[in-house]
Formats: sequence, C-alpha cells, structure tokens
Amino acid sequence: MTAGHCGPRKAADTIDSLFFAFLRPLHDASTPRPEAAPACAVANAIEMAGVSFGYDRRRPVLRGIDMTIPRGKVVAIMGGSGCGKTTILRLIGGQLRQQSGRVLVGGQSVKELTREGLYALRRRIGMLFQFGALFTDMTVYENVAFPMREHTGLDEPLIRDLVLMKLHAVGLRGAAQLRPSELSGGMARRVALARAIALDPMLVLYDEPFAGLDPISLGVVGQLIRQLNDALGITSVVVTHDVYESLKIVDYLYFVSDGRIIWHGTPEDVRHTADPFVRQFVDGQPDGPVPFHYPARPYVEQLRAG
Amino acid sequence: MPADAIARGFRRVGNGTMRAIARAGFATRFFLAVLYHSPAAFHRLQLTVREIYFAGVLSLVVIMVSGLFVGMVLGLQGYDALNKYGAGDSLGIFVGLSLVRELGPVVAGLLFASRAGSAVTAEIGLMKTTEQLSAMEMMAVDPLARIVAPRFWGGVISMPLLAALFSVMGVFGAYLVGVRLIGVDSGTFWGNMRAGIEFWPDVTNGIIKSTVFGIAVSLIAVFEGYDANPTAEGVSAATTRTVVGGSLAILALDFVLTVFMFRGLGTV
Repeated sequence: MTAGHCGPRKAADTIDSLFFAFLRPLHDASTPRPEAAPACAVANAIEMAGVSFGYDRRRPVLRGIDMTIPRGKVVAIMGGSGCGKTTILRLIGGQLRQQSGRVLVGGQSVKELTREGLYALRRRIGMLFQFGALFTDMTVYENVAFPMREHTGLDEPLIRDLVLMKLHAVGLRGAAQLRPSELSGGMARRVALARAIALDPMLVLYDEPFAGLDPISLGVVGQLIRQLNDALGITSVVVTHDVYESLKIVDYLYFVSDGRIIWHGTPEDVRHTADPFVRQFVDGQPDGPVPFHYPARPYVEQLRAG
Repeated sequence: MPADAIARGFRRVGNGTMRAIARAGFATRFFLAVLYHSPAAFHRLQLTVREIYFAGVLSLVVIMVSGLFVGMVLGLQGYDALNKYGAGDSLGIFVGLSLVRELGPVVAGLLFASRAGSAVTAEIGLMKTTEQLSAMEMMAVDPLARIVAPRFWGGVISMPLLAALFSVMGVFGAYLVGVRLIGVDSGTFWGNMRAGIEFWPDVTNGIIKSTVFGIAVSLIAVFEGYDANPTAEGVSAATTRTVVGGSLAILALDFVLTVFMFRGLGTV
C-alpha cells in the first residue's frame, strides 16, 4: 500500500521541485526590481535594535526589542495575544513608526524612508494577513494579478501565465475563477500567499497564518511557507502562537511577552529549554509566568466588600 | 463634590470639543488628499466608470420611481391649491419650478445619500475591517487613489444626472395626473412650463445645487467609511452617520445655496 502510493507521490514531488526551481530565476530576473541590489548586499533581511513603540505614551506596546533576521531564514515571532507580535510586523512594513530604536529592512531604515521610498520597499515585501484580506470584489485570479497589474506594466498574457504559476505553487490553479466568498479559510490563506509572492518579494511577513485552520489546511500552509521560502530564496517572518506547526517549519524563534523579547533560540532549543515562560507557552499550561487571573483585588476581600 | 461634578462636566465638554476639532481637521486633510489623488481616478477612467455604475446606474430605479410619485403627488396637490385661485392652468410652471429648483436636487440627494452613500461607507468600512485597505497599502498601492478617489468622483458625477432624471420623471408624473387624469389642457401645461422656466438661472442652479450635494454626500460617505472603527458596530455607526450627516448637509446647503442663488432675482 505504501509502495503503491510512493511512486505517484514521488513523481508529484519531483514535478513540484522542478516547478519551484523554475520559479527561482523568475525571482532574479522577471519583474523590474530596481531596488533589489542593496538588499542583496546586506546579510540580514531585518534588524531591530532597541525598538520601542506605544499607541500612546502611557501604554507602551514594545519596550526595547532587539531582533536580527538573516536572509533566507524562516523566523517565528511567538507570544500570547496582545503581546505586540503584530505591531512588530507593522513596524517592519512601515505601517507604524517606532518612537525609539532602529528598524532596518534590507539595510534601509524604515522610519527614515520617504513615502516613495517606503512604497518602493513594500514592492519587495509580501504580507499575508490573518484572514487573507483578499479583495472581495475580485476573483482569485484578479486578486493575484492585482499587484502585477498595479506595478509591473506587463502584458496581460504574461500576467496570466505568472498568475497561473503562482496559483499552481499554492495548489489552487483550478480555483482561479472563484470568488473569495467561495473559498474555505485554508484556500483563502493560500490565495493570499500566492498574492503575497506575486512580485517575487525578498521578504514575506505572515500575520497569524495558521489561525482558524483545520489540521490539513494548517499542514498545507505550513509546508507552503517553508517550500516557497526555500524555492524563492526569500526571508519569512511568521507571527503566530501555533507552537506545534511552527516548530516543524521555522529556523529560529523569538518569544515576545509584555513588549519584550524574553527568549529566543532554534526549535531544538525550544524543545529542551527550562525557561518557565517558554515551557508554559509550549506545553499550554493555564497558569505560570502568564497568570490565569487578570489582576484584581484579593478574592475574599472583594467578596466581603459585597 | 459639586466642584468635582462641574470639573467632570467641563472635562467632558472639552474632550468632546477637542475630538470634534480633530475630526474636522482630519476630514479636511482627507478631502485635500482625495483631491490630490483625483487625477489617478481619471487617469484610470475604468475605475471611476465602475463607481458611476454602482452609485448612479444602480440608483436609477429608486430615483425614477420616487420622481414619478413625487411628480404625481405634486400634480394632485398643486392643481387642488392652484384651482382654488383659478390658476389651475399654471400647474405646469408650478411643478416644473418646484422640481428643477428644489425637489429634484434635494429629494434625489436625500435618496442618493441613503442608497449610494450608505453603500459606499459600508463597502469602504468593511474593506478596512477585513484589512483589505491595509493589504493594499502593504502592496504599495494607495487606497486613497485606488479606492476612495474613484468612489468620490463616481458619486459627484452621478448625483446631478440622477437629480435631472428625478425632475424629468417628476414632470412626467405631474403630466400624467394633471393632463391625463384631471384634464388640464396639454398645450397650456407644456406652454406655461416652457415660458416660466429658464435655463439660466432655474436649470443651471438646479445643476449647481445637485453637484454641490453630490460633493457633500460623496465626501461624507468615503470619509465615514475610511474613518470607521474596524468592527461590525463601527461600520454600522459609520453608515448611519453617512445617511444622517449627508441628509442634514443637503438640507443646510440647500438653504444656503437658495439664499445666494435667488437673492438676485428678488425672490428672497
């Protein structure tokens, strides 16, 4: 039985690897990417040093974040809800600007970029939003074609071929004419992934790519993140709280709590660490450094007070 | 304690005032940014044409049916009132002036705010809620140029056309009731209308009014959508603000415009 499945699967894997190999030169030479050269010259895709940010001065969200993400790696940023993970992504993408510290993406300081500079940088960054953020008035095909039509000036037949290649890479070439409302959560996430890599970015940011997915879709999306990263030679930053899936695909993990990096290491380090926060997070313990109870007056005192 | 209550009251009023001023400032900057990005809306004309279809063509049914019924009611009520003074034959000019000067732009504007303005606010608000606007920004595409400006101009262009259609249907409704049902002479009805309504100032002022209403409603609609809280409740509140704010703006602007337009004619 296993042997019977092995042949076709191996053949499919070979086709896939050939396909991804075919994508690779596209990354280097297809669409015009005049600003690509400086990014290639720096070893780290992202560097954050002493980054602090708050929506208002009384409540800082991030406090002195230091983080280095080398080119070509898949790096996870993990932490509980509301700990500042997504804020880090928004600082990297220039949607927010830090109050202090430095955020370098491809060697460029995001905060100091002009609007044109920021848009030029964003053309080299793909982002997968938590629920896909597909444009609901467009088909799957049009969604993936959108960044190409906006930025490349390529002929429609060439855009068609590129879109089909991107959709094939995520296994949804057959869904090209569907509307986002006709897609399952996992399919929507894969279409969004195809759109995120539409312009062959140097960096892809994933905001909770596993949220709300069934186990099969979760595995598919996880594998796609890893495969696309390796095949396209890009760098991936995955913000998630899905420990199990992340440990399978990432090269390095940062744990964020209360606006600070409190631990970082490889997946192997995570499995063996005795750090109480990481252990609580990985083992899913309800109480620990992250308390079960929201801060309140002593229980008995409050009950007696009536 | 009363001093505390007074201080709280002052603080609340102060905070409310500051918020209102900040929002007005943001709305002004937003309007200027929309104007700045407007050439993009015309450079890629198909985006604006698509919005003219959604705001204008899809509003045709409600505008035309409403115009017809308003005209029919005007015909009935107008004839009844005029006939008491032996002026039943003046129905044509009465209906024509009412529609072209006031009812066409105002009622069409109110319907436009309810039908198209609310739809635009809800659409942009939901795009914000589902992070479509953020996704667009992250793709280095400015939502103001790609989403907001075409919808703004789609509304501005549609509104005078809808108001004109409303007036035409209203006149037709009045004709059906006045001439066909009540029996006013057809030649008198049309002759009085032609003699009493001039292109300048009557029709032109109607067009100016409806254009101004189109700018006001479209701006309110896109601004409320863009500024909506990204929650279901926030989008709902923004949609309500568009309809209420748009309608009040139309009524207030109508008064102001009427004062300026017809003062020179000795009618105000």
